[in-house]
Amino acid sequence: MDFINAILVLTNFTIIPALAYGSQLALGAVFVTLIYAVLRFANFATGDMMSFGTMFAVLLTYYFQSKGIGLGFLPTALLTIPFAIIMMILYMLLIDKLVFSYYRIKKSPPVQFAMVSVGVMFVTQAIIRIVIGPSDRRFLDGEKFILKATEFKEMTGLSEGLTLKSTQAITVIVTLIVISIMFWFLNKTKTGTSMRAYADNEDLALLSGIDPKRVVLITWIIAGVLATIGGILYGLDKSYRPFVYFNNMLPIFAAAIVGGIGNPLGAFLGGYVIAFAEIFITYAYKRFITYLVPESMEPDTLIQLLSTDYKFAVSFSILVIVLLLRPSGIFKGKII
Amino acid sequence: MAFFEGNKMTAGYGDGPDIISSCSIKVNRGEIVAILGPNGAGKSTAMKAMLGLLNLKSGNIFFDGIDISKISPQDRVKQGVSFVPQTKNVFAELTVRENLEIGGFLRKDGLEKMIESIYDLFPILNEKKSQIVGQLSGGQRQQVALGRALMSEPSVLMLDEPTAGVSPIVMDELFEHILKIKKTNVAIIMVEQNAKQALNISDRGYVLVTGKNKFEGSGEQLLNDSEVRRSFLGG
Repeated sequence: MDFINAILVLTNFTIIPALAYGSQLALGAVFVTLIYAVLRFANFATGDMMSFGTMFAVLLTYYFQSKGIGLGFLPTALLTIPFAIIMMILYMLLIDKLVFSYYRIKKSPPVQFAMVSVGVMFVTQAIIRIVIGPSDRRFLDGEKFILKATEFKEMTGLSEGLTLKSTQAITVIVTLIVISIMFWFLNKTKTGTSMRAYADNEDLALLSGIDPKRVVLITWIIAGVLATIGGILYGLDKSYRPFVYFNNMLPIFAAAIVGGIGNPLGAFLGGYVIAFAEIFITYAYKRFITYLVPESMEPDTLIQLLSTDYKFAVSFSILVIVLLLRPSGIFKGKII
Repeated sequence: MAFFEGNKMTAGYGDGPDIISSCSIKVNRGEIVAILGPNGAGKSTAMKAMLGLLNLKSGNIFFDGIDISKISPQDRVKQGVSFVPQTKNVFAELTVRENLEIGGFLRKDGLEKMIESIYDLFPILNEKKSQIVGQLSGGQRQQVALGRALMSEPSVLMLDEPTAGVSPIVMDELFEHILKIKKTNVAIIMVEQNAKQALNISDRGYVLVTGKNKFEGSGEQLLNDSEVRRSFLGG
């Protein structure tokens, strides 16, 4: 019984949250990697673009709620996803037209692009602050839990409970659907193949008649979908606070680089690597160990390697270690 | 007038000095033309100028009697000019089949049929069709590069050093393939370092020196010309 309880503690406090958080990072990391592969720059506006899309979801959720439109036990925010995506894509295309296309035509080096994206980041942050403000907002409605700890305890008679928040289940399911569709698109369709070809060898792609404008357009569309959905899922699971999105950029970049930048599959798995590492290293194992060892050996400290305040230090360390030891990442992306 | 010709082309990179000056190259369908010459003679540059990768300061380029000097490389590709660069001439992260599909990107129909005919021409590609091209040997990659270029059913095929960096045996094999392509009524221009072997399979050849036409003639004539032999073919 104690062994089962120990596993439950671990599942409840590390594995389930890490799967949800990892999915959110994965969507962001695939976004970073796609922009890097096709448009060839590290997009520092990633976090704020995710925040921008989420902002629309929050506003539309409030609007729908005021009109009494909802999805019953599912969060209303799911209904707003298509609209938020459209706004996000329009914003990205506008930014591309006004800012990035100029540097693309000039064939600016990637570093310059990255600096330009920092500018885009500040502008996006400012727009978000003007429109919705920097405060913390919760926009989750509907059923909060699929499985409550108390219900689980009653059902099984175990002393440890298992909680499954609806946002966690929604996050994992939606991520798997979105990512599967994206991989199908990239690998099985003519347009997807042409995007990969363009990312692989731009000159030869041009000589084969691939239209670069179309590739760029489709990249922004896919990026808009990923950023918006990733942002909304994160906001539903935690809460919507614009600054947090900016902070999340570090684990997102770490995920993209760990997986091998430019490699979407790597970025996807990288998201989970970073999430599990952050949570496993900052989790206090006291309760888990208490179940496993005899009473005399029970730990009197928390058995926590690092305080949760330092979770970004974990992703930063992983980032540095990967760049030092294996700059091409786990799945052989491009070397930065 | 020849099927595809560059007339008195003068061009250089950006604002730099002229790399080729008043250089002329002609090719007809079903003919192989070799461009030879020492390093830095402007062989590749002449070919890139004909594709439109650099702007001409003077001269013109004719394709099937029409002046195409002003149109972009992409539009020339659409008209039927295909180019195999010396390096990075395949999509290394894509499979063999995907490389061919991208080669036929502009085709409206007959993609499957064309892929089958490329497999007939290069049987090894059929065997390796699902492999990532980056994992193939040098000779196999060159075949992928040729196959990709042929997917658009070009009337002109330009090859920049198709045998660079492959072993002599593979080189002979590649030349065999190029002869097979010639039989499908394609005009072929190739830049080659292996001058003797290239002239052996070429109908005509041009020897460029410092961006100008120095000698030209049939493959046999150039092979037997004492001055060409002494300067470029090693005695």
